[in-house]
Amino acid sequence: MSVTAQPPAAGIEAYEPVFTGETLAALQEILARYPTRQAALLPALWLVQRARGWISDRNMAEVAEVLGLTPAYVKGVVTFYTMYHPHPVGKHFVQVCTTTPCNICGAEAVVRAFLEATGAGELGATSPDGRWTVVETECLGACGFATPVLIDDDFIESVTPERVAELVRKYK
Amino acid sequence: MGYPHRPHPRETLVLSQYFGDPDARSYRGWVKRGGYEALRQALAMEPAKIIEIVKESGLRGRGGAGFPTGLKWSFMPKEKKKPHYLCVNADESEPGTFKDREIMRWTPHALLEGAAIAAHAIQAEVVYIYIRGEFTEPLAIVERALAEATAAGVFKDIKMYVHRGAGAYICGEETALMNSIEGKRGNPRIKPPFPAAVGLFGMPTTINNVETLAAVPHILARGAAWYKSLSLSSPKSTGTKLFSVCGHVQKPGNYEVPMGFPLKDLLYELCGGMRPGRTLKACIPGGSSVPILNREETESCLLDYEGVAEKGSMLGSGGVIVFDDSTDMVYQIMRLARFYAHESCAQCTQCREGTAWTTKILQRILAGQGKMSDLDLLLDLAENMTGKTICVLSDSCAAPVVSGIKKFRGEFEDYITGKKRPVLAA
Repeated sequence: MSVTAQPPAAGIEAYEPVFTGETLAALQEILARYPTRQAALLPALWLVQRARGWISDRNMAEVAEVLGLTPAYVKGVVTFYTMYHPHPVGKHFVQVCTTTPCNICGAEAVVRAFLEATGAGELGATSPDGRWTVVETECLGACGFATPVLIDDDFIESVTPERVAELVRKYK
Repeated sequence: MGYPHRPHPRETLVLSQYFGDPDARSYRGWVKRGGYEALRQALAMEPAKIIEIVKESGLRGRGGAGFPTGLKWSFMPKEKKKPHYLCVNADESEPGTFKDREIMRWTPHALLEGAAIAAHAIQAEVVYIYIRGEFTEPLAIVERALAEATAAGVFKDIKMYVHRGAGAYICGEETALMNSIEGKRGNPRIKPPFPAAVGLFGMPTTINNVETLAAVPHILARGAAWYKSLSLSSPKSTGTKLFSVCGHVQKPGNYEVPMGFPLKDLLYELCGGMRPGRTLKACIPGGSSVPILNREETESCLLDYEGVAEKGSMLGSGGVIVFDDSTDMVYQIMRLARFYAHESCAQCTQCREGTAWTTKILQRILAGQGKMSDLDLLLDLAENMTGKTICVLSDSCAAPVVSGIKKFRGEFEDYITGKKRPVLAA
Protein backbone atom coordinates (compact mmCIF):
# COMPACT_ATOMS: atom_id res chain seq x y z
CA MET A 1 0.00 0.00 0.00
CA SER A 2 1.40 3.35 -0.91
CA VAL A 3 1.23 6.30 1.46
CA THR A 4 0.56 9.70 0.03
CA ALA A 5 1.31 12.96 1.80
CA GLN A 6 -1.66 14.33 3.67
CA PRO A 7 -2.22 18.02 4.37
CA PRO A 8 -1.73 18.77 8.08
CA ALA A 9 -4.86 18.17 10.16
CA ALA A 10 -6.80 21.26 11.19
CA GLY A 11 -5.33 22.97 14.25
CA ILE A 12 -1.83 21.49 13.88
CA GLU A 13 0.74 24.08 13.02
CA ALA A 14 3.50 23.35 10.58
CA TYR A 15 6.47 21.74 12.32
CA GLU A 16 9.76 23.58 12.33
CA PRO A 17 12.54 20.95 12.35
CA VAL A 18 15.28 21.30 15.00
CA PHE A 19 18.03 19.61 13.03
CA THR A 20 18.95 22.21 10.47
CA GLY A 21 21.96 24.51 10.13
CA GLU A 22 24.25 24.59 13.15
CA THR A 23 22.25 22.08 15.18
CA LEU A 24 22.44 19.58 12.34
CA ALA A 25 26.18 20.18 12.03
CA ALA A 26 26.57 19.61 15.78
CA LEU A 27 24.67 16.33 15.47
CA GLN A 28 26.86 15.19 12.56
CA GLU A 29 29.94 15.84 14.66
CA ILE A 30 28.44 13.84 17.55
CA LEU A 31 27.50 10.92 15.29
CA ALA A 32 31.16 10.50 14.36
CA ARG A 33 32.00 9.65 17.99
CA TYR A 34 29.97 6.46 18.15
CA PRO A 35 29.77 3.22 16.18
CA THR A 36 25.93 3.35 16.14
CA ARG A 37 23.44 6.13 15.36
CA GLN A 38 21.38 5.20 18.40
CA ALA A 39 24.25 6.17 20.72
CA ALA A 40 23.77 9.78 19.68
CA LEU A 41 20.30 9.77 21.25
CA LEU A 42 21.14 11.42 24.59
CA PRO A 43 23.31 14.11 22.97
CA ALA A 44 20.62 14.69 20.30
CA LEU A 45 17.97 15.18 22.98
CA TRP A 46 20.23 17.70 24.71
CA LEU A 47 20.49 19.61 21.42
CA VAL A 48 16.70 19.66 21.11
CA GLN A 49 16.20 20.84 24.66
CA ARG A 50 18.81 23.55 24.22
CA ALA A 51 17.09 24.79 21.06
CA ARG A 52 13.47 24.54 22.19
CA GLY A 53 13.54 24.60 26.00
CA TRP A 54 11.67 21.29 26.19
CA ILE A 55 11.09 18.16 24.11
CA SER A 56 7.69 17.79 22.47
CA ASP A 57 6.23 14.62 20.98
CA ARG A 58 6.92 16.01 17.53
CA ASN A 59 10.54 16.75 18.50
CA MET A 60 10.79 13.14 19.64
CA ALA A 61 9.43 11.98 16.30
CA GLU A 62 12.04 14.10 14.50
CA VAL A 63 14.87 12.69 16.66
CA ALA A 64 13.54 9.19 15.95
CA GLU A 65 13.57 9.82 12.23
CA VAL A 66 17.06 11.32 12.23
CA LEU A 67 18.53 8.44 14.25
CA GLY A 68 16.53 5.59 12.74
CA LEU A 69 14.50 4.83 15.87
CA THR A 70 10.78 4.80 16.59
CA PRO A 71 9.05 7.74 18.30
CA ALA A 72 7.81 5.40 21.05
CA TYR A 73 11.35 4.24 21.73
CA VAL A 74 12.60 7.83 21.96
CA LYS A 75 9.77 8.71 24.33
CA GLY A 76 10.73 5.76 26.52
CA VAL A 77 14.24 7.15 26.82
CA VAL A 78 13.15 10.79 27.32
CA THR A 79 10.88 9.83 30.20
CA PHE A 80 13.55 7.71 31.89
CA TYR A 81 15.91 10.63 32.45
CA THR A 82 14.80 13.36 34.84
CA MET A 83 16.65 16.23 33.15
CA TYR A 84 14.69 16.11 29.90
CA HIS A 85 11.46 18.10 29.95
CA PRO A 86 8.64 16.36 28.07
CA HIS A 87 6.45 19.41 28.73
CA PRO A 88 7.12 23.16 28.79
CA VAL A 89 8.76 24.61 31.89
CA GLY A 90 9.39 28.14 33.10
CA LYS A 91 12.08 30.31 31.55
CA HIS A 92 14.25 29.49 34.56
CA PHE A 93 14.32 25.95 35.88
CA VAL A 94 15.37 25.59 39.51
CA GLN A 95 16.48 22.25 40.98
CA VAL A 96 17.06 22.16 44.71
CA CYS A 97 18.77 19.14 46.24
CA THR A 98 16.82 17.80 49.21
CA THR A 99 18.41 14.36 49.67
CA THR A 100 19.57 13.41 53.18
CA PRO A 101 22.94 15.23 53.45
CA CYS A 102 21.35 18.51 52.30
CA ASN A 103 18.09 17.74 54.06
CA ILE A 104 19.78 17.69 57.47
CA CYS A 105 21.37 21.04 56.62
CA GLY A 106 18.05 22.75 55.94
CA ALA A 107 17.37 22.11 52.23
CA GLU A 108 13.59 22.00 52.64
CA ALA A 109 13.62 25.59 53.88
CA VAL A 110 15.57 26.54 50.73
CA VAL A 111 12.84 24.94 48.60
CA ARG A 112 10.12 26.85 50.44
CA ALA A 113 12.04 30.09 49.98
CA PHE A 114 12.30 29.48 46.20
CA LEU A 115 8.62 28.60 45.86
CA GLU A 116 7.73 31.84 47.59
CA ALA A 117 10.29 34.17 45.99
CA THR A 118 9.56 32.97 42.45
CA GLY A 119 5.79 32.86 42.78
CA ALA A 120 5.83 29.24 41.51
CA GLY A 121 3.89 28.31 44.65
CA GLU A 122 4.12 24.56 44.37
CA LEU A 123 6.70 22.02 43.26
CA GLY A 124 6.73 21.37 39.52
CA ALA A 125 4.32 24.20 38.77
CA THR A 126 5.29 27.22 36.69
CA SER A 127 4.86 30.73 38.08
CA PRO A 128 1.96 32.71 36.54
CA ASP A 129 4.42 34.97 34.70
CA GLY A 130 5.94 31.88 33.04
CA ARG A 131 9.39 32.65 34.36
CA TRP A 132 9.97 30.02 37.04
CA THR A 133 9.61 26.31 37.66
CA VAL A 134 10.97 24.92 40.92
CA VAL A 135 11.55 21.21 41.63
CA GLU A 136 13.17 19.15 44.33
CA THR A 137 15.92 17.02 42.91
CA GLU A 138 17.76 14.00 44.26
CA CYS A 139 21.43 14.33 45.26
CA LEU A 140 23.28 16.91 43.14
CA GLY A 141 26.65 15.50 44.21
CA ALA A 142 27.88 18.53 46.14
CA CYS A 143 26.85 17.44 49.65
CA GLY A 144 29.67 19.35 51.37
CA PHE A 145 28.22 22.54 49.92
CA ALA A 146 24.67 22.23 51.23
CA THR A 147 22.40 23.30 49.75
CA PRO A 148 23.42 23.14 46.08
CA VAL A 149 20.92 24.52 43.58
CA LEU A 150 20.90 24.34 39.80
CA ILE A 151 19.31 27.35 38.12
CA ASP A 152 19.28 26.47 34.42
CA ASP A 153 22.96 25.52 33.84
CA ASP A 154 24.33 27.50 36.79
CA PHE A 155 25.41 25.28 39.67
CA ILE A 156 25.22 27.35 42.86
CA GLU A 157 26.74 26.09 46.11
CA SER A 158 25.85 26.70 49.75
CA VAL A 159 22.44 28.29 49.18
CA THR A 160 20.59 29.31 52.35
CA PRO A 161 17.00 30.59 52.54
CA GLU A 162 18.42 34.07 53.17
CA ARG A 163 20.23 34.07 49.80
CA VAL A 164 17.20 33.02 47.75
CA ALA A 165 15.51 36.39 47.21
CA GLU A 166 18.74 37.90 45.89
CA LEU A 167 19.35 34.95 43.56
CA VAL A 168 15.85 35.20 42.16
CA ARG A 169 16.30 38.93 41.53
CA LYS A 170 19.49 38.20 39.60
CA TYR A 171 17.63 36.00 37.12
CA LYS A 172 14.69 38.32 36.52
CA MET B 1 46.56 24.14 47.99
CA GLY B 2 43.23 23.13 49.40
CA TYR B 3 39.57 23.53 48.64
CA PRO B 4 37.38 24.70 50.24
CA HIS B 5 39.69 24.50 53.29
CA ARG B 6 43.45 24.84 53.59
CA PRO B 7 45.05 21.38 53.78
CA HIS B 8 45.31 19.92 57.28
CA PRO B 9 48.81 18.81 58.36
CA ARG B 10 47.53 15.26 58.80
CA GLU B 11 46.32 15.02 55.20
CA THR B 12 48.44 13.26 52.59
CA LEU B 13 48.06 15.25 49.40
CA VAL B 14 48.39 13.18 46.27
CA LEU B 15 45.17 13.55 44.30
CA SER B 16 44.16 16.78 45.99
CA GLN B 17 47.51 18.55 45.85
CA TYR B 18 46.26 21.11 43.36
CA PHE B 19 42.65 21.50 44.53
CA GLY B 20 41.89 25.21 44.60
CA ASP B 21 44.70 26.06 42.16
CA PRO B 22 43.10 27.28 38.91
CA ASP B 23 46.44 27.23 37.09
CA ALA B 24 46.60 23.41 37.36
CA ARG B 25 43.44 23.19 35.23
CA SER B 26 45.11 24.24 32.01
CA TYR B 27 47.19 21.94 29.85
CA ARG B 28 50.23 24.17 30.25
CA GLY B 29 49.73 24.37 34.00
CA TRP B 30 49.45 20.60 34.23
CA VAL B 31 52.57 19.99 32.17
CA LYS B 32 54.42 22.55 34.32
CA ARG B 33 53.53 20.40 37.34
CA GLY B 34 54.95 17.27 35.76
CA GLY B 35 51.69 16.23 34.14
CA TYR B 36 51.57 13.87 31.14
CA GLU B 37 55.06 12.58 31.93
CA ALA B 38 53.58 9.34 33.29
CA LEU B 39 51.48 8.97 30.13
CA ARG B 40 54.52 9.49 27.94
CA GLN B 41 56.32 6.71 29.84
CA ALA B 42 53.26 4.46 29.78
CA LEU B 43 52.79 4.73 26.02
CA ALA B 44 56.33 3.40 25.59
CA MET B 45 55.57 0.41 27.84
CA GLU B 46 54.00 -2.96 27.10
CA PRO B 47 50.35 -2.95 28.26
CA ALA B 48 50.99 -6.04 30.40
CA LYS B 49 53.75 -4.23 32.27
CA ILE B 50 51.40 -1.36 33.23
CA ILE B 51 48.79 -3.82 34.47
CA GLU B 52 51.49 -5.52 36.53
CA ILE B 53 52.49 -2.25 38.22
CA VAL B 54 48.89 -1.30 39.00
CA LYS B 55 48.25 -4.79 40.39
CA GLU B 56 51.35 -4.52 42.52
CA SER B 57 50.26 -1.09 43.86
CA GLY B 58 47.15 -2.65 45.41
CA LEU B 59 44.93 0.11 43.96
CA ARG B 60 41.26 -0.76 44.38
CA GLY B 61 38.24 0.80 42.70
CA ARG B 62 37.20 4.04 44.40
CA GLY B 63 33.65 4.09 43.08
CA GLY B 64 32.26 1.89 45.82
CA ALA B 65 32.90 -1.78 45.16
CA GLY B 66 36.65 -1.70 45.87
CA PHE B 67 37.55 -4.23 43.19
CA PRO B 68 41.32 -4.46 42.53
CA THR B 69 41.99 -2.23 39.52
CA GLY B 70 44.91 -4.14 37.98
CA LEU B 71 43.00 -7.39 38.23
CA LYS B 72 40.00 -5.79 36.50
CA TRP B 73 42.23 -4.59 33.66
CA SER B 74 43.76 -8.06 33.34
CA PHE B 75 40.32 -9.53 32.52
CA MET B 76 40.40 -7.80 29.13
CA PRO B 77 41.33 -10.08 26.21
CA LYS B 78 45.10 -10.09 25.67
CA GLU B 79 44.74 -10.78 22.00
CA LYS B 80 42.73 -8.06 20.41
CA LYS B 81 40.12 -9.32 18.00
CA LYS B 82 37.45 -6.63 18.42
CA PRO B 83 37.38 -2.98 19.43
CA HIS B 84 38.08 -2.41 23.15
CA TYR B 85 36.50 0.40 25.12
CA LEU B 86 37.22 2.24 28.34
CA CYS B 87 34.35 3.93 30.15
CA VAL B 88 35.07 6.52 32.80
CA ASN B 89 32.40 6.57 35.47
CA ALA B 90 31.95 10.23 36.35
CA ASP B 91 28.27 9.81 37.16
CA GLU B 92 28.97 10.66 40.80
CA SER B 93 25.49 10.56 42.36
CA GLU B 94 25.85 8.57 45.57
CA PRO B 95 24.43 10.75 48.35
CA GLY B 96 27.31 11.96 50.51
CA THR B 97 29.92 11.68 47.76
CA PHE B 98 31.41 14.69 45.97
CA LYS B 99 35.07 13.82 45.41
CA ASP B 100 35.03 13.12 41.66
CA ARG B 101 33.42 16.50 41.13
CA GLU B 102 36.39 18.15 42.83
CA ILE B 103 38.91 16.09 40.83
CA MET B 104 37.23 17.15 37.60
CA ARG B 105 36.91 20.78 38.64
CA TRP B 106 40.53 21.27 39.69
CA THR B 107 42.63 18.57 38.03
CA PRO B 108 40.79 17.47 34.87
CA HIS B 109 44.11 16.51 33.27
CA ALA B 110 44.82 14.03 36.09
CA LEU B 111 41.67 12.20 35.05
CA LEU B 112 42.45 12.41 31.33
CA GLU B 113 46.02 11.25 31.86
CA GLY B 114 44.91 8.31 34.01
CA ALA B 115 42.24 7.41 31.47
CA ALA B 116 44.75 7.44 28.61
CA ILE B 117 47.15 5.22 30.57
CA ALA B 118 44.30 2.81 31.35
CA ALA B 119 43.20 2.81 27.70
CA HIS B 120 46.73 1.88 26.62
CA ALA B 121 46.89 -0.86 29.28
CA ILE B 122 43.66 -2.48 28.10
CA GLN B 123 44.30 -1.70 24.41
CA ALA B 124 41.22 0.48 24.06
CA GLU B 125 41.14 2.93 21.19
CA VAL B 126 38.11 4.85 22.43
CA VAL B 127 37.34 6.29 25.88
CA TYR B 128 33.94 7.61 26.87
CA ILE B 129 33.84 9.84 29.93
CA TYR B 130 30.30 9.65 31.28
CA ILE B 131 29.64 12.76 33.39
CA ARG B 132 26.30 13.23 35.11
CA GLY B 133 24.14 15.86 33.45
CA GLU B 134 23.84 18.06 36.53
CA PHE B 135 27.60 18.59 36.74
CA THR B 136 27.58 21.61 34.43
CA GLU B 137 30.86 23.03 35.73
CA PRO B 138 32.90 19.79 35.64
CA LEU B 139 31.46 19.08 32.18
CA ALA B 140 32.73 22.40 30.85
CA ILE B 141 36.13 22.05 32.54
CA VAL B 142 36.73 18.48 31.35
CA GLU B 143 35.60 19.36 27.81
CA ARG B 144 38.04 22.26 27.72
CA ALA B 145 40.90 20.16 29.14
CA LEU B 146 40.13 17.40 26.65
CA ALA B 147 40.22 19.84 23.73
CA GLU B 148 43.57 21.25 24.90
CA ALA B 149 45.21 17.88 25.49
CA THR B 150 43.86 16.46 22.23
CA ALA B 151 45.21 19.46 20.33
CA ALA B 152 48.59 18.90 21.99
CA GLY B 153 48.54 15.34 20.67
CA VAL B 154 49.34 13.64 23.98
CA PHE B 155 46.80 10.86 23.52
CA LYS B 156 48.36 9.59 20.26
CA ASP B 157 45.83 7.18 18.72
CA ILE B 158 43.45 7.07 21.69
CA LYS B 159 40.20 8.91 21.10
CA MET B 160 38.39 10.41 24.08
CA TYR B 161 34.87 11.80 24.27
CA VAL B 162 32.68 13.26 26.98
CA HIS B 163 29.16 11.79 27.16
CA ARG B 164 26.68 13.82 29.21
CA GLY B 165 24.16 11.98 31.38
CA ALA B 166 20.66 13.32 31.82
CA GLY B 167 19.63 12.70 35.41
CA ALA B 168 19.57 9.10 36.62
CA TYR B 169 21.45 7.80 39.68
CA ILE B 170 21.27 4.28 38.32
CA CYS B 171 23.53 5.21 35.39
CA GLY B 172 26.42 5.04 37.87
CA GLU B 173 25.90 1.27 37.82
CA GLU B 174 28.42 0.06 35.26
CA THR B 175 26.17 -1.74 32.81
CA ALA B 176 23.41 0.88 33.13
CA LEU B 177 26.04 3.44 32.19
CA MET B 178 26.91 1.42 29.08
CA ASN B 179 23.25 1.22 28.09
CA SER B 180 22.97 4.96 28.59
CA ILE B 181 25.92 5.61 26.26
CA GLU B 182 24.29 3.29 23.72
CA GLY B 183 21.22 5.55 23.71
CA LYS B 184 19.02 3.37 25.89
CA ARG B 185 17.19 3.67 29.18
CA GLY B 186 19.66 3.21 32.01
CA ASN B 187 18.67 -0.31 32.97
CA PRO B 188 21.43 -2.46 34.49
CA ARG B 189 22.22 -5.65 32.58
CA ILE B 190 22.28 -9.17 33.92
CA LYS B 191 25.82 -10.41 34.60
CA PRO B 192 27.45 -12.54 33.34
CA PRO B 193 28.52 -11.75 30.72
CA PHE B 194 30.80 -9.25 32.42
CA PRO B 195 31.88 -6.06 30.63
CA ALA B 196 35.41 -7.35 29.97
CA ALA B 197 33.82 -9.93 27.65
CA VAL B 198 30.63 -8.19 26.47
CA GLY B 199 30.45 -4.53 27.42
CA LEU B 200 29.82 -1.30 25.56
CA PHE B 201 28.39 -1.96 22.08
CA GLY B 202 28.88 -5.65 22.88
CA MET B 203 32.67 -5.27 22.92
CA PRO B 204 35.27 -5.91 25.63
CA THR B 205 35.05 -2.95 28.00
CA THR B 206 36.59 -1.77 31.24
CA ILE B 207 34.93 0.82 33.43
CA ASN B 208 36.73 2.76 36.15
CA ASN B 209 35.82 5.50 38.58
CA VAL B 210 37.33 9.00 38.28
CA GLU B 211 39.32 8.82 41.53
CA THR B 212 40.74 5.42 40.60
CA LEU B 213 42.02 6.70 37.26
CA ALA B 214 43.36 9.93 38.75
CA ALA B 215 45.60 7.83 41.03
CA VAL B 216 47.13 5.88 38.14
CA PRO B 217 49.59 8.54 36.84
CA HIS B 218 51.00 8.93 40.37
CA ILE B 219 51.49 5.17 40.66
CA LEU B 220 53.31 4.99 37.33
CA ALA B 221 55.45 8.04 38.09
CA ARG B 222 56.42 7.11 41.64
CA GLY B 223 56.09 3.34 41.70
CA ALA B 224 53.87 0.70 43.26
CA ALA B 225 56.01 0.46 46.40
CA TRP B 226 55.62 4.19 47.07
CA TYR B 227 51.84 3.95 46.68
CA LYS B 228 51.62 1.01 49.05
CA SER B 229 53.81 2.76 51.61
CA LEU B 230 51.38 5.70 51.89
CA SER B 231 48.81 3.57 53.65
CA LEU B 232 48.66 3.03 57.40
CA SER B 233 47.19 -0.42 56.84
CA SER B 234 49.18 -1.68 53.85
CA PRO B 235 49.18 -4.16 52.20
CA LYS B 236 45.43 -4.80 52.64
CA SER B 237 44.27 -1.33 51.68
CA THR B 238 46.84 0.82 49.93
CA GLY B 239 47.40 4.44 48.98
CA THR B 240 45.36 7.48 49.92
CA LYS B 241 41.62 8.04 49.63
CA LEU B 242 39.53 11.14 49.25
CA PHE B 243 36.80 11.30 51.86
CA SER B 244 33.89 13.63 51.22
CA VAL B 245 32.55 14.68 54.58
CA CYS B 246 29.14 16.32 54.79
CA GLY B 247 26.30 16.92 57.19
CA HIS B 248 26.71 18.17 60.73
CA VAL B 249 30.42 18.93 60.93
CA GLN B 250 31.98 22.37 61.24
CA LYS B 251 34.09 22.06 58.10
CA PRO B 252 32.51 19.82 55.49
CA GLY B 253 34.62 19.13 52.42
CA ASN B 254 37.03 16.69 50.80
CA TYR B 255 39.94 15.36 52.81
CA GLU B 256 42.68 13.13 51.50
CA VAL B 257 44.09 10.76 54.10
CA PRO B 258 46.03 7.51 53.96
CA MET B 259 44.03 4.31 54.11
CA GLY B 260 43.70 3.16 57.70
CA PHE B 261 43.17 6.70 59.05
CA PRO B 262 40.91 6.87 62.12
CA LEU B 263 37.39 8.13 61.28
CA LYS B 264 37.27 9.81 64.69
CA ASP B 265 40.29 11.98 63.85
CA LEU B 266 38.86 12.83 60.44
CA LEU B 267 35.65 14.11 62.02
CA TYR B 268 36.96 15.79 65.16
CA GLU B 269 40.33 17.11 63.98
CA LEU B 270 40.24 17.66 60.24
CA CYS B 271 36.56 18.57 60.02
CA GLY B 272 36.54 20.59 63.23
CA GLY B 273 34.07 18.35 65.05
CA MET B 274 30.36 18.86 65.59
CA ARG B 275 28.61 22.21 65.66
CA PRO B 276 28.76 24.00 69.03
CA GLY B 277 26.71 22.26 71.73
CA ARG B 278 26.05 19.21 69.58
CA THR B 279 27.24 15.61 69.85
CA LEU B 280 27.68 12.89 67.26
CA LYS B 281 24.73 10.56 66.86
CA ALA B 282 25.41 8.51 63.75
CA CYS B 283 27.51 8.34 60.61
CA ILE B 284 27.20 6.75 57.20
CA PRO B 285 30.83 6.11 56.22
CA GLY B 286 30.73 5.16 52.54
CA GLY B 287 27.89 6.87 50.71
CA SER B 288 24.20 6.40 51.46
CA SER B 289 24.13 2.78 50.27
CA VAL B 290 26.04 1.37 53.24
CA PRO B 291 24.81 0.55 56.77
CA ILE B 292 24.64 3.36 59.34
CA LEU B 293 27.17 3.37 62.19
CA ASN B 294 26.28 4.55 65.69
CA ARG B 295 28.51 6.85 67.70
CA GLU B 296 30.62 4.12 69.32
CA GLU B 297 31.19 2.34 66.03
CA THR B 298 32.09 5.62 64.30
CA GLU B 299 34.58 6.68 66.94
CA SER B 300 36.43 3.36 66.82
CA CYS B 301 36.40 2.89 63.03
CA LEU B 302 39.49 2.81 60.84
CA LEU B 303 39.03 4.08 57.31
CA ASP B 304 40.06 1.27 55.03
CA TYR B 305 38.16 -1.53 53.31
CA GLU B 306 38.70 -3.95 56.20
CA GLY B 307 38.29 -1.46 59.06
CA VAL B 308 34.85 -0.26 58.01
CA ALA B 309 33.73 -3.81 57.23
CA GLU B 310 34.75 -4.80 60.75
CA LYS B 311 32.19 -2.28 62.08
CA GLY B 312 29.49 -3.82 59.92
CA SER B 313 29.49 -1.25 57.15
CA MET B 314 31.48 -0.55 53.98
CA LEU B 315 34.09 1.97 52.84
CA GLY B 316 32.08 2.35 49.62
CA SER B 317 32.75 5.60 47.81
CA GLY B 318 34.15 7.40 50.86
CA GLY B 319 31.14 9.68 51.24
CA VAL B 320 30.89 10.32 54.96
CA ILE B 321 27.51 11.64 56.14
CA VAL B 322 27.55 12.90 59.72
CA PHE B 323 24.44 13.19 61.88
CA ASP B 324 24.42 15.01 65.23
CA ASP B 325 21.99 14.60 68.12
CA SER B 326 19.47 17.00 66.53
CA THR B 327 18.77 14.51 63.71
CA ASP B 328 15.43 12.78 63.33
CA MET B 329 16.76 9.40 62.17
CA VAL B 330 13.34 8.11 61.12
CA TYR B 331 12.75 11.09 58.86
CA GLN B 332 16.22 10.89 57.31
CA ILE B 333 15.97 7.15 56.72
CA MET B 334 12.62 7.78 55.02
CA ARG B 335 14.34 10.46 52.92
CA LEU B 336 17.00 7.93 51.87
CA ALA B 337 14.36 5.33 51.02
CA ARG B 338 12.54 7.99 48.97
CA PHE B 339 15.77 8.61 47.09
CA TYR B 340 16.03 4.94 46.12
CA ALA B 341 12.34 4.74 45.25
CA HIS B 342 12.81 7.71 42.93
CA GLU B 343 15.96 6.29 41.37
CA SER B 344 14.86 2.67 40.91
CA CYS B 345 14.92 1.80 37.21
CA ALA B 346 11.89 -0.42 37.97
CA GLN B 347 13.12 -3.51 36.11
CA CYS B 348 13.04 -5.83 39.12
CA THR B 349 9.91 -6.31 41.19
CA GLN B 350 11.73 -6.49 44.53
CA CYS B 351 13.27 -3.08 43.91
CA ARG B 352 10.37 -1.31 42.19
CA GLU B 353 7.84 -2.41 44.80
CA GLY B 354 10.22 -2.69 47.72
CA THR B 355 11.67 0.82 47.56
CA ALA B 356 8.21 2.34 47.08
CA TRP B 357 6.58 0.40 49.92
CA THR B 358 9.50 0.99 52.27
CA THR B 359 9.05 4.71 51.69
CA LYS B 360 5.27 4.54 52.17
CA ILE B 361 5.53 2.61 55.41
CA LEU B 362 8.14 5.00 56.79
CA GLN B 363 5.94 7.95 55.81
CA ARG B 364 3.00 6.29 57.56
CA ILE B 365 5.08 5.97 60.72
CA LEU B 366 6.14 9.62 60.47
CA ALA B 367 2.46 10.59 60.09
CA GLY B 368 1.64 8.93 63.41
CA GLN B 369 -0.21 6.05 61.76
CA GLY B 370 2.40 3.33 62.16
CA LYS B 371 1.96 0.02 63.94
CA MET B 372 4.57 -1.89 65.92
CA SER B 373 4.30 -4.67 63.35
CA ASP B 374 5.46 -2.18 60.69
CA LEU B 375 9.02 -2.52 61.95
CA ASP B 376 9.00 -6.26 61.31
CA LEU B 377 7.30 -5.61 58.00
CA LEU B 378 10.10 -3.21 57.00
CA LEU B 379 12.73 -5.78 57.97
CA ASP B 380 10.90 -8.49 56.07
CA LEU B 381 10.70 -6.25 53.00
CA ALA B 382 14.39 -5.44 53.35
CA GLU B 383 15.27 -9.10 53.40
CA ASN B 384 13.38 -9.61 50.18
CA MET B 385 15.18 -6.64 48.63
CA THR B 386 18.68 -7.92 49.40
CA GLY B 387 20.63 -10.08 46.97
CA LYS B 388 17.64 -10.75 44.74
CA THR B 389 17.88 -8.22 41.94
CA ILE B 390 19.96 -7.47 38.84
CA CYS B 391 21.91 -4.67 40.52
CA VAL B 392 22.38 -3.55 44.15
CA LEU B 393 20.13 -0.46 44.20
CA SER B 394 17.52 -2.45 46.07
CA ASP B 395 20.09 -3.70 48.59
CA SER B 396 21.25 -0.11 49.01
CA CYS B 397 17.77 0.96 50.07
CA ALA B 398 17.56 -1.90 52.55
CA ALA B 399 20.94 -1.15 54.20
CA PRO B 400 20.03 2.10 56.00
CA VAL B 401 16.58 0.77 56.90
CA VAL B 402 17.87 -2.41 58.54
CA SER B 403 20.79 -0.74 60.33
CA GLY B 404 18.56 2.20 61.27
CA ILE B 405 15.91 0.03 62.91
CA LYS B 406 18.57 -2.02 64.65
CA LYS B 407 20.45 0.95 66.08
CA PHE B 408 17.72 3.57 66.54
CA ARG B 409 14.62 1.42 67.14
CA GLY B 410 13.47 3.66 69.99
CA GLU B 411 13.01 6.60 67.61
CA PHE B 412 10.71 4.55 65.38
CA GLU B 413 8.74 3.32 68.40
CA ASP B 414 8.27 6.87 69.69
CA TYR B 415 6.40 7.80 66.50
CA ILE B 416 4.34 4.62 66.68
CA THR B 417 3.34 4.98 70.34
CA GLY B 418 2.58 8.66 69.96
CA LYS B 419 5.37 9.75 72.29
CA LYS B 420 6.67 11.83 69.43
CA ARG B 421 4.33 14.09 67.46
CA PRO B 422 3.82 13.28 63.77
CA VAL B 423 5.92 15.34 61.36
CA LEU B 424 4.09 14.38 58.19
CA ALA B 425 0.42 14.93 57.36
CA ALA B 426 -1.64 11.73 57.40
